[in-house]
Amino acid sequence: MNGGRAGLLGPDETLARRRPGLLARAHLDLPLLAGLTAVAGLGLVVLYSAAGERMEVVARQLVRLGIGFGVMVAAAQVPPAALRRWAPWLYGLGVVLLAAVMTVGETGKGAQRWLDLGLVRFQPSELMKLALPLVVAWHLADAHLPPDARRVLAAAAAIAVPVTLIALQPDLGTALVVGAAGFFALFLAGLRWRWLAGLGLAAAAGAPALWHFMHDYQRARVLTFLDPERDPLGAGYHIIQSKIAIGSGGLFGKGWLHGTQAHLEFLPERATDFIFAVLGEEFGLTGTVTLLALYLFLVLRGLHIAARAQDTFARLTAGAVSLTFLVYAFVNTGMVTGLLPVVGLPLPLVSYGGTSLVTMMAGFGILMSVHTHRKLLSPS
Amino acid sequence: MARRVHIKDHHAEARLFARRAGLAALAATLALGAVAARLVQLQVLDHERYSTLSRENRVRLVPLPPPRGLIFDRNGVPVAENRPAYRLELVPEEITDLEGTLARLARIVDLRPLDIERFRALAARKPPFEAIPLRLRLSEAEAARFAVHRHEFPGVDITVRPARRYPAGPLLAHVLGYVARIDADDLEALDPVQYRGTSHVGKLGIERAYEPALHGQVGMQQVEVNAQGRALRVLERTPPRPGRSLWLSIDLRLQRVAQDALGEANGAVVAIDPRTGEVLALVSAPAYDPNLFVDGIDPDTYRALAHDPDRPLFNRALRGRYPPGSTIKPFMALAGLEYELIGPHTTRYCPGWFMLPIGERRYRDWKRDGHGVTDLRKAIAESCDVYFYDLAVRLGIDRIHGFLARFGFGAGTGLDVAEEAAGLLPSRAWKRRARGQPWFPGETVITGIGQGYLLVTPMELAAATATLATRGRRQRPHLVRAMAEPGAPPHPLAFAPVEPVRLARPDRWEAVVHAMEAVVHGRHGTARGIADAPYRIAGKTGTAQVFGLAEDQEYDPQTLAERLRDHALFIAFAPADAPRIAVAVIVENGGSGGAVAAPVARKVMDAWLLRDRAAQEEAGRGGGA
Repeated sequence: MNGGRAGLLGPDETLARRRPGLLARAHLDLPLLAGLTAVAGLGLVVLYSAAGERMEVVARQLVRLGIGFGVMVAAAQVPPAALRRWAPWLYGLGVVLLAAVMTVGETGKGAQRWLDLGLVRFQPSELMKLALPLVVAWHLADAHLPPDARRVLAAAAAIAVPVTLIALQPDLGTALVVGAAGFFALFLAGLRWRWLAGLGLAAAAGAPALWHFMHDYQRARVLTFLDPERDPLGAGYHIIQSKIAIGSGGLFGKGWLHGTQAHLEFLPERATDFIFAVLGEEFGLTGTVTLLALYLFLVLRGLHIAARAQDTFARLTAGAVSLTFLVYAFVNTGMVTGLLPVVGLPLPLVSYGGTSLVTMMAGFGILMSVHTHRKLLSPS
Repeated sequence: MARRVHIKDHHAEARLFARRAGLAALAATLALGAVAARLVQLQVLDHERYSTLSRENRVRLVPLPPPRGLIFDRNGVPVAENRPAYRLELVPEEITDLEGTLARLARIVDLRPLDIERFRALAARKPPFEAIPLRLRLSEAEAARFAVHRHEFPGVDITVRPARRYPAGPLLAHVLGYVARIDADDLEALDPVQYRGTSHVGKLGIERAYEPALHGQVGMQQVEVNAQGRALRVLERTPPRPGRSLWLSIDLRLQRVAQDALGEANGAVVAIDPRTGEVLALVSAPAYDPNLFVDGIDPDTYRALAHDPDRPLFNRALRGRYPPGSTIKPFMALAGLEYELIGPHTTRYCPGWFMLPIGERRYRDWKRDGHGVTDLRKAIAESCDVYFYDLAVRLGIDRIHGFLARFGFGAGTGLDVAEEAAGLLPSRAWKRRARGQPWFPGETVITGIGQGYLLVTPMELAAATATLATRGRRQRPHLVRAMAEPGAPPHPLAFAPVEPVRLARPDRWEAVVHAMEAVVHGRHGTARGIADAPYRIAGKTGTAQVFGLAEDQEYDPQTLAERLRDHALFIAFAPADAPRIAVAVIVENGGSGGAVAAPVARKVMDAWLLRDRAAQEEAGRGGGA
């Protein structure tokens, strides 16, 4: 399996090593860059249709993507060693800000998530999406792997604190992503299976308690997931309509700008969380599977970069960032196709707006940094 | 892998990571593969079905609000109906110059800033092809003026919709209540499916209490829409099921008589048919026009109503709590007979004052020189206070509380509207709880003449009077007597019976009723002014002090501001031997019960019992004119 992947991605590796080109000198990774550009390009095309053919929406999204790519390039210049030094500070800052949000945060849609810094509003949970895998990687960087009980418990505590704070906001979707990011670093470090089983049992035992603390709208989402027909005009409406949109797209779709579901406004949130349904309606299975393949390519490329990284910190960070991206892609497409409950996560790089875009691009910047700051003397 | 490593083995750790990364890659492939498989299921296997659903999705469901049930008085006179209202609507998409159009419209119809504000708020939320109301209820004149200028206003039109209308206006305001626009608080409580498309909901009175019956069931219309969502044609229609109609027990003519009898005074009149519990008239004066509230009352008018010192929005009949004064005496007398503390013919000497065995205070009779030797009949007919001071002390507050509670005092009557309040029937436990003090003997003394803590609502007083009339049988008072499914004949409503008041010997009722007849028909009766009725009336006057006088002070109506004058009360039922109507009247600051409140009750009873005679006279006068 290892060999197979090396074969798939081999040629460009050898290329980069032989001739450090312009991209390598700019600390950029061509396969990632190509994949990201392809996804973003496809996303803009779908967004134009989903936003009712309004060019200004596409233009605004283009500006956001520009900022995102800028952040990615900047992050790629930071060597992993510097990130490692910053990791505990970033994490500490994140926890302090999350605590601040709890007390002075601004309420949007009934949940406290924003911190008003005067000019900009800032979501500390976004910072935590990167700071948590970084701090877990920092914590395990010098440990003997697989980690012993003390290390695992310390890492679990580091994960539990921000996840609890975010879940209390309440923002279950983000809590899920942040928790997953931290967990992935722990898992990749070689967390023993029996520990994993123990964590699974603890989570199962905690579910009823979680249910108790959920808001009514969150419970409704879970219930609607279990039975969408329960409330066809209310909460189940999203899922039913998006399934109709996707299913009616067929193999090749109804054609760009010809999706009746989306244009008749039957499809709610069609430019944001449910944009995958527009893709499915207008481009059919061809379009949806193409996008899934692009996502898979980006995730696998990220894991490949992680596997080739030279130290534990870089490996864990790169691996966790890649898998976090997978969570977005899987949870959103799973939700829109009715496989998973409705959790408010955007379709990465495609959904309109989304504060998570910048975080995601910074993550890809870290991946590129890990890959391009390797010491060339290392044997591969 | 479970082998313990003591030296950090970079190669082993790299291999461990590679294994884990491999697993992660496999998981990623499986996860996205699962989504891909799901997509194959949706887009290939079930494509046919979703294609059909998508086509059908061009069909939109439009809710059809049900027409609200009508309300009639007991004789079938409509008192709440749905009249067409002219709505001025604008379709923003079809208007090129919105500001200019609004400005020119303002010259033809009355446009308040509030209307324009509401219009803009709605326009911001709705798609541009949807008609948005600017005014909900144009007058006939405005509608006619607009019709003339209509060609100048493309995109502006008048639609006709049913709107609630109360033809009796203020006369039934405190009975019917009103409907008003659904607000955020209502949304919490209402069924979102049934109220899809409904704009108004009952807020008060009958309209609120019978909301589920009056509302009906929503209908649905399937409309085919084009790509822009514009309605093309109706495909299928499930008509709404109109709300049920109600027949009140209220007689509108009697209601008007009662209202007119009160004149300009503030107060309340409640008339009940004691045999059935049907409320025949329920007046609380002053009142307000419920039509003002239907489409949103303007703030100035509302402020004027809310700050009016006469409190027209306050439902005195159901929520006003008054000291019953001497109208409580027949009930005290019954208690005395039941506990065998007095007999019909036992007497007590009244010197004009009463003193407790301990204490200095003299409790004065309203008659300064006293009534002399007084039996039960005289005590009630002439309203001797000393007789009842003495009786109350011998009964004690515990027995008074227990006995009066059997008539429903202090508990409300269970009337079929929600806003009825309960009076206050004091007890030792109540005083300990509410005031943190023990009960004092002096407080029992004044309870005997309906003063002190004891408070009753006019509704409670009327219901208790009805219980006297039926000699103990109690019917639950109600304002609605029948209901009809749309298109079906009305069927009478059944109300759960109430625990009757049973006395050890039924002739005790007659002793008190005879004494009450003497109030009206006796030579010295306090209400002898209304004795010239062609039927026998059993009644009791009352005067409730608004504020207390010191022991040696004289009550001088001339020096008192009107608002501090005594309330005049009167309870009565007739005919005394086979009662068909029981009435309670309170005239605020009216002064004497016999002079002010009794004539009001007499007019109501005349109107009810001599209906046929009055109708003949009316017909005779009408023919002569």
